[in-house]
Amino acid sequence: MLKAIRVRASQGRQYVPDLRAAVPSGFRGLPVLQGDPCPEGCRACLDVCPTTAITLAPLRLDLGRCIFCEECALACPEGRIEFTPEHRMACDSPTGLVLEERRPGRPAVAVARALADLFGRSLKLRSVSSGGCNGCELELNALGNVNFDLGRYGIEFVASPRHADGLVVTGPLTANMRGALELAWEGMPAPKFVIAVGACAISGGPYAGSTVLAREFLGREVPVLYVPGCPPHPLTIITGLLDLLGVDLPAPPADSASATAR
Amino acid sequence: MTTATFIAPVASLGLPTGPFFDAAAIRLGAGARALAFFGQPADDPAALTLTLALEAGGRIEVLRTDVPRSQGFRALTPAYPALHVFEREIHEQHGVVPHSHPWLKPVRFPSPGPSGMTGYPFYSLDGKEVHEVAVGPIHAGVIEPGHFRFMCLGETVHHLEVHLGYQHRGVEALLLRADPRMLTPLVETIAGDASVAHAWASADALEALAGLAAAPDVDASRGIGLELERIAMHLAGLSGMANDVAFLQGAATYGRLRTTIINTTMLVCGSRFGRGWVRPGAIRGALAGGVADAVRAALGLLKQDVGIINDRMRSSSSVRHRLAGVGTLTHAQALELGMVGATARASGLEVDLRGDLPGALYARLPIATVVEPVGDCLARALVRMREIDASIGWIRAALDAHPGVVRSARPIGPLAPRTLAIGLRESWRGEVVHALETTAEGTLRTYKVQDPSLRNWHGLALAVRGNEISDFPICNKSFDLSYCGHDL
Ligand code: SF4
Repeated sequence: MLKAIRVRASQGRQYVPDLRAAVPSGFRGLPVLQGDPCPEGCRACLDVCPTTAITLAPLRLDLGRCIFCEECALACPEGRIEFTPEHRMACDSPTGLVLEERRPGRPAVAVARALADLFGRSLKLRSVSSGGCNGCELELNALGNVNFDLGRYGIEFVASPRHADGLVVTGPLTANMRGALELAWEGMPAPKFVIAVGACAISGGPYAGSTVLAREFLGREVPVLYVPGCPPHPLTIITGLLDLLGVDLPAPPADSASATAR
Repeated sequence: MTTATFIAPVASLGLPTGPFFDAAAIRLGAGARALAFFGQPADDPAALTLTLALEAGGRIEVLRTDVPRSQGFRALTPAYPALHVFEREIHEQHGVVPHSHPWLKPVRFPSPGPSGMTGYPFYSLDGKEVHEVAVGPIHAGVIEPGHFRFMCLGETVHHLEVHLGYQHRGVEALLLRADPRMLTPLVETIAGDASVAHAWASADALEALAGLAAAPDVDASRGIGLELERIAMHLAGLSGMANDVAFLQGAATYGRLRTTIINTTMLVCGSRFGRGWVRPGAIRGALAGGVADAVRAALGLLKQDVGIINDRMRSSSSVRHRLAGVGTLTHAQALELGMVGATARASGLEVDLRGDLPGALYARLPIATVVEPVGDCLARALVRMREIDASIGWIRAALDAHPGVVRSARPIGPLAPRTLAIGLRESWRGEVVHALETTAEGTLRTYKVQDPSLRNWHGLALAVRGNEISDFPICNKSFDLSYCGHDL
């Protein structure tokens, strides 16, 4: 008993109160594309990018492909690419994940009204890893730990697809998992939806060129949420979910147009 | 000076087939440990090149021969069961038969076909009361997929078959497609919870091919990254084991301590998983000033708090009851199977690359090998607890010996032609092996990856024999093997 109390005392208070405002120090998160247009003919970043996430003229960086390896930022002679600790970069569409020079801001998630009404206070998720390297899987598990405490929002991972509302897919979708993934999806009762977590799920990531993938599933069942990263920070996943469901959205500034409209 | 990396011109390695197998038998019979055994296409399309890497007395020895594909070769497995999975892999990858192999089953179904994943040749037990339980590939928790088939009599497991391959992503093929200098980001995802170990072994081999000796600071930085990775994953393992035996205070406490450690890793390299810490020729994990102080502070907190929870977990009778005597892999079994890593050490085997092939780094800064004799789930928990302590001590010593490690980069020049280099590092699971061979032009001809899980999965199958099926989850968690590291 005394030992249990000692453990409890050492534990202290661990949860992160405001997940959206948290700043994970040192995190290589959302890149910003800055400065003047690239010098003619320079393709330093293109040459080092392992996932063809970058295109030029205009400079674009696709967060759905990016594995946040930092090579482009180090290669760029003009310092045009800089990584920041910003973790909020989930998006409700794959095109919204493409950053473009001179277009400031970060990817965003609009509240999905229908989903918010149904699942805003209770959401059950089933995870299927299909070639995930255990990076994304460990971060999904971390959502439930005492720091991020996803359970406080009524969101939890369940063992059976039959209990699940949302399917969280990680990994590049291997051909050898095709059958099992389809089976899990068929086993989920409607209404149901798909979330793609990590560069591999969104685009194939570093495995995009592999010949042993089967990605048709995500072509057919279009995700409602894309969470970039390799692996994504738990804060990126959780704030994406909260935004999608409209949970605890900060009140808009009093003088903004949207506030007046409401 | 022992070195941790093997390098030799390919021309110096070949033996005729007879002498190759004779030499292999003599070395293995004398107690040499097989580090890797793999095949690759030979210059002659009708032949397969076999490479066997052995370790004995702190030295790596590599034997190599060409065998005719159509004839196959005499399997070494009947005499040396530790080679069973290597010979299965050679058979599956190259279609060359190791004759009289007693267990010639698929490893990972690398070329998917309609029958592939449903055609696994399961062993079956006869008897009216025998029943089979099939689990997976998708499991209850948020983990990677794999299939387990239990043959049971009542509640007792008599045999377990582990059918993997679901995670196969074609890693080795992809590693040959890109510029070898730019492979690290891909290498870091081979087993995403052992990114530093894989990246370091790969960098070792590449730097050896480029004739670049790692400077002491480079090694120290990588070593610190590796030990932080070990601490983090041992904490994750203890948290998972606590959770599996419903010791929730342990699950919560080890979990939050892991958060502290991976956030420290992130402070150094930008990623909670050590992605970006290692790059060939470079120091990316800088450990100067405030960052080094933050690492020390995190270790200080961990040292204190992990002691408190370890004490509670070790002394809880309900925890001991669920772990002691459960899932035992005996010393003899572990030795025969060629088990590696913390799992092997929990069965009393003194194998640890940091001690066996220390190289300059661990010769300067040695780390004690942690061994527990019993081989049950409790032993695997205790090894984790003690290795966390050892890693804390090692990182502190490394920080003291290497104050102010800053970022640096040296270019990787042309790679030596027709040369084989093997990088090896002791990940938290066990030895990671990266074997790279160049062509006459200095491009990559072969890239063979080996995660410790390849060798250790069969140990789990043996450990659960005679146990209750309800103890499988805790047994599985106590081994904590990688599915994608195995499936590649
Ligand atoms: S950080 Fe992203 S965009 Fe930049 S090189 Fe790496 S994968 Fe490509």
